[in-house]
Amino acid sequence: MRTMFFTQAIDDALAQAMADDPRIIIFGEDVPLLRRNLLVRFGPRRVRGTPISESAFLGAGVAAAMAGLRPVVELYMVDFVGVCMDALLNHAAKVEAFSGGTWTAPVVVRAPCGGGYGDGGQHQQALWGWLAHIPGLAVVVPSTPADAGGLMLSAIEHDGPVVFMEHKLLSETGLDFLGSGGRRTVRFDVPAAGAKGEVPGRWQPLPIGKAILRRAGGDATLISVGVGVHRALAAARALAEEGISAAVLDLRTVAPLDREAVCEAVANTGCLLVVDEDYEGFGLSGELSAIVQEAGIRCRYGRVCTQTTIPYARHLEDRVLPNTSRICAGVRQLLR
Amino acid sequence: MLPDRWLLYTLMLKSRLLEEAVASLWHSGLISGEMHLGTGEEAIVAGVVSHLQEGDAMALDHRGTAALLMRGVDPLLILLELLGHPDGLCHGRGGHMHLFSRAHLAASSGIVGAGGPTAAGFALAAQYTESAGVAIGFFGEGAMNQGMLLEALNLAATWNLPAVFVCKDDGWAITTPSKTVTGSDLTERARSLGVRAVDVDGREVVDVWEAAAAAIDRARSGQGPTFLHASCVHLEAHFLGYQLLRSARHPLRELPDIAIPMTRSFLRPGGAGLLQRIEGMRAVSEALQATLQDPRRDPANDPLPRARRALHADSARLEALEERVAGEISDALAHAVAEVAS
Repeated sequence: MRTMFFTQAIDDALAQAMADDPRIIIFGEDVPLLRRNLLVRFGPRRVRGTPISESAFLGAGVAAAMAGLRPVVELYMVDFVGVCMDALLNHAAKVEAFSGGTWTAPVVVRAPCGGGYGDGGQHQQALWGWLAHIPGLAVVVPSTPADAGGLMLSAIEHDGPVVFMEHKLLSETGLDFLGSGGRRTVRFDVPAAGAKGEVPGRWQPLPIGKAILRRAGGDATLISVGVGVHRALAAARALAEEGISAAVLDLRTVAPLDREAVCEAVANTGCLLVVDEDYEGFGLSGELSAIVQEAGIRCRYGRVCTQTTIPYARHLEDRVLPNTSRICAGVRQLLR
Repeated sequence: MLPDRWLLYTLMLKSRLLEEAVASLWHSGLISGEMHLGTGEEAIVAGVVSHLQEGDAMALDHRGTAALLMRGVDPLLILLELLGHPDGLCHGRGGHMHLFSRAHLAASSGIVGAGGPTAAGFALAAQYTESAGVAIGFFGEGAMNQGMLLEALNLAATWNLPAVFVCKDDGWAITTPSKTVTGSDLTERARSLGVRAVDVDGREVVDVWEAAAAAIDRARSGQGPTFLHASCVHLEAHFLGYQLLRSARHPLRELPDIAIPMTRSFLRPGGAGLLQRIEGMRAVSEALQATLQDPRRDPANDPLPRARRALHADSARLEALEERVAGEISDALAHAVAEVAS
């Protein structure tokens, strides 16, 4: 076992995969700087900078994958997928269906996401539900360094397109680059267990579509992904002091959803609270409700999500993003 | 018409002092997240914005502070916004990359290149309503590789829109040297899309003012769009706290964090042959070198002293002006900090 930071783990797993598989190349804006440790080991043929041209380079990544490469294409932030959505929506996600199952685009889109450091509503969105809405895209959202590395390996091996979401609040380099800029005068509510943790000596792929129960509990089930998992765990610890026992299920993958694990976890308590940093309407939180209902499980249901455009002001942002006190209040409300 | 050098210098100085105040707030931690300053591009912004009238529009990028200030927005409103205060320009909800002033028809975006379509749309509205308004789009040269901006140039040309596309070229696309990711000359590129295109030294406010005068007159009189390609140097690189610039300024403190993991990775078995690894190492050290030999250190690249030089002859007026502007900005800063503290 080794200990790694979140992004260090992703890059380490990526390096292991790149050493084993020459088809893997990585590119994106500023990648020679951001992935300089990979650049000096794998060289500029495989680690490439791009112009600020997301439509071109993501679209190229999709087709390069169709032609046999295993590209890992980096977006600066998932928000910028707005610029190049066509490559994912109309191409990467459609190839397999249109070709009658004979052709796929095994591209990985590495997309930093999420808020909590004051970058405003155009640079801090979650968007995993929006992406998962599209049939044909896999969307993974790891919450620990060990999961992040293992899921990166699976994402590369996966036979179709995968959006790999890297929460910036967990990313040591992302948070320095975008949040603190080397300052010691700013503080962020970084969940320690997500930012740094034990990782295997040699990476093994962690299956896409497998949730994990982070905490057992009999009164309520909290389901979340990414940083929300840590907020839910903190809430569960606080609720335990009030005598409420809450389970926490970390989905790890938004698409495909681990329906079985969701249903089992909810059936155990008959009470579901979804904690989702993504937008509330038409997204993951509603989908989880549908899954549970389709399975015929009777349960009380609530959700703590992001309801509006994320405001710039830190104190407003802290209220808009799911936080521990909103989660605790949500559980208490359901159990009243 | 001749430029009013006193006015232009006043605008530039005011903007510089405001952004220096913003930097101090950022360093003290009162502003979180990213901060992209426009220090170094004041001559471009002043040279263009000083021509604008009621009804003219601006599409701003992630460095919109200078343009809004020069257009007449109260510096206190800007500072309060950046501090996330409810009395800020956008009630603390937008922040520095998303500044909006409906009264000034000014809209910002943190999406690179988004100013192109926005300028085209503002120009279309002006053209359609025959308001005689013009629309300015501000963006960097990195944005000239973004499809939406190139599409907007073509649209502006085909619809003969009253727009001026102002490319503030500092040579860096975020942290990548633009020449390494740009396949053709930008002025030629704009011209090939059917837009009149002009090169200007963006450090020289009078040069920009003259080029902008012609471009805006043409747009206002129905002669179509212009692409104004103005070179400059950003004194704080892409944003405050940029790691390579930190390393250049404090090598002992910052360099080990970069060098140690990189050296380890360079030496790890598995991966490319030695030549490719050396190529990779060279790319990183070139980027560091470029930052170390930073044109920011050359005072000739700072537009403010250049603009000030022309005013030396009347030193009493100059001193009075500088004192007045400094007082105005420090009052705004003191007021903003007091508001936040209360």
